Amino acid sequence: MDKLETRTQELELSQAGREQILALKREYPSSRSAMLPALHVVQGEFGFIPAGPMVEVAEILEVLQGEVEQVVTFYRMYNQLPVGRFHVKICDSISCYLRGSDELLEQAQTKLGLSLNQTTSDGQITLAKIECLAACGAAPCLQVNDEYLYNVTGEHLNEILDNLKTAKENPYYVE
Amino acid sequence: MQEQIYPPPPYLEKVPFEYQLLKHRAIPGFARLEVYRANGGYKGLERALNMSPDEVVTEVKTSGLRGRGGAGFPAGMKWSFIPKVPGPKYVCCNTDESEPGTFKDHEVVENNPHQLIEGVLITCYAIGAEHGFIYVRGEFARGIRVIRRAVEEAKAAGLIGENIMGKGFNCQITIHPGAGAYICGEESALLESLEGKRGFPRLRPPFPAVAGLYARPTVINNCETLSNVPHIMREGAAWYSSFGTEKTKGFRVYCLSGHVERPGNYELPCGTTFRELIYGLGGGVWKGRNLKCFIPGGSSTPMLAPTDEVLDTPMDFEGIAARGSMQGSAGVVILDDQTCIVGAVLRLVEFYKEESCGKCTPCREGTQWLVQLLHRLEHGEGRPGDLELIQDVGGNIAGKSFCLLGDSAPVPYTSALKLFREEFEYHITHKTCLVGPKAGKALVGAHS
Ligand SMILES: Cc1cc2nc3c(=O)[nH]c(=O)nc-3n(C[C@H](O)[C@H](O)[C@H](O)COP(=O)(O)O)c2cc1C
Ligand code: SF4
Ligand code: FES
Repeated sequence: MDKLETRTQELELSQAGREQILALKREYPSSRSAMLPALHVVQGEFGFIPAGPMVEVAEILEVLQGEVEQVVTFYRMYNQLPVGRFHVKICDSISCYLRGSDELLEQAQTKLGLSLNQTTSDGQITLAKIECLAACGAAPCLQVNDEYLYNVTGEHLNEILDNLKTAKENPYYVE
Repeated sequence: MQEQIYPPPPYLEKVPFEYQLLKHRAIPGFARLEVYRANGGYKGLERALNMSPDEVVTEVKTSGLRGRGGAGFPAGMKWSFIPKVPGPKYVCCNTDESEPGTFKDHEVVENNPHQLIEGVLITCYAIGAEHGFIYVRGEFARGIRVIRRAVEEAKAAGLIGENIMGKGFNCQITIHPGAGAYICGEESALLESLEGKRGFPRLRPPFPAVAGLYARPTVINNCETLSNVPHIMREGAAWYSSFGTEKTKGFRVYCLSGHVERPGNYELPCGTTFRELIYGLGGGVWKGRNLKCFIPGGSSTPMLAPTDEVLDTPMDFEGIAARGSMQGSAGVVILDDQTCIVGAVLRLVEFYKEESCGKCTPCREGTQWLVQLLHRLEHGEGRPGDLELIQDVGGNIAGKSFCLLGDSAPVPYTSALKLFREEFEYHITHKTCLVGPKAGKALVGAHS
């Protein structure tokens, strides 16, 4: 944990990231309002919210560091620790449950040899479940990072996980 | 969500009704400004800007449009509560859609972004606001990309910014991504979140109309509510109110999911019956099974048993209330007769435990207790008296919580217990399910 702390303290936002956050800040009557989108920029860059950039966000938005931390710890989407390159999140709320999401979760755990919220040793895939993704009409569904996959069957899931084992970029990104 | 997931439904031949809110399904490229405009887009804004703001409010009042976010409050009336004071006012569009069983705003924001932007612009004009915010659920990453692009297009075309359509109306629109928290759909928590804080609900009064975003007068409406507005302004209140029932006018998107042959979003005149939706359009229960029960309006609404009386109920606010449930967010979830009700209820209640914001004790602690007790029931470890105990715990959440999330948490259990008490009891006495794939199999020690 100590090691991680120091490592993440040293991380710094890129120039482009800082500029994006400055632009976001100008969109709102109050700079603190840019908090959520600014943290999305941070996560886009690092895959999680490291300590160093959290301080930078506080500086840019002119808020207290604690105010940023409070937000990071409240919202589910912000990863407080690094996750795999691909974060596979399977919805297990009611409509997906009724159409087999628990079986998909079992299957993924077995195939990857992981429990929930664990990451493969090569850092490729983190497996998780998630609450209703508002795609219940295409259940069961899941997300790979921020991209959706719909009407996922067992066969389909196998294929998805195989693809992700070696992929560099998210193959499911849609413009 | 992507157009191709839901093919153009065959039902349009059965219902004498043309797509309005989901027009993108019939017209490719609808997310692009030129396509939207070529199909009547921004005509509603044009007509609104040729009227006075008060006339626009009156038009929407006359149309009978009611909120689609859950409570069904008349939209025009909500707008008329905004005081005519100098200084900034705001419109916040609630596109945080997270209620299990609900997935209409997701489709709209990804495929029909200009309809929403136009609705927000008209609302801003009507209440005298010069800045509108569209709070989009953070998980809708693609929707956020799509609507941000649409905002840029509209800016470049002079539809957002200064002196819009040469009518002296100035308006900015900001797309605000959420970050994963059901509670931020609750309107006062949404405002906190927009101010860059944790999404804790606010004490009321003051109401947002008086002191909302940055303590200024604010209108908060659901994405679908505001998506209706361009149509009302383009075609007129009389046209709009020719659809629907006496007290629920217009059309809306019903979300059909669960054990049904053809799940998906169905745009229909308000007051279509459950039977028409589930059996006519949805193709009935999947795998040729029978309907056990259904949730009529998102996970927070009481389950209903499929009696003829219930199935022939028109889906509007009053009709469903008369059957002891609620229209809610129009998310209809179908459970077939092979479903063990205990498992389904546990899964429903788990959602509220996960999403409790933790601000107040009855909900934070109570939802944990509910889940723990239901969990032991589901796994064959329930004890005599547990059903009453669960009801007690539920009673200590509902009505004693700070916001409606807490009130909703026990609803799946209380409503299911009324319908299927013997199934719950069977779990205690026989340590197995009465129905479903696990019926007769020992549950003790089984994990999930
Ligand atoms: C826990 C909770 C979650 C809610 N989630 C949403 C939501 O995701 N979208 C929404 O429009 N309304 C949601 N609402 C209702 C809003 O508080 C509010 O009533 C609504 O946005 C008003 O818009 P309308 O009048 O157009 O329906 C939620 C309410 C509660 C209590
Ligand atoms: S009822 Fe639940 S969600 Fe609402 S304020 Fe209390 S803890 Fe938060
Ligand atoms: S229940 Fe899985 S998307 Fe809604």
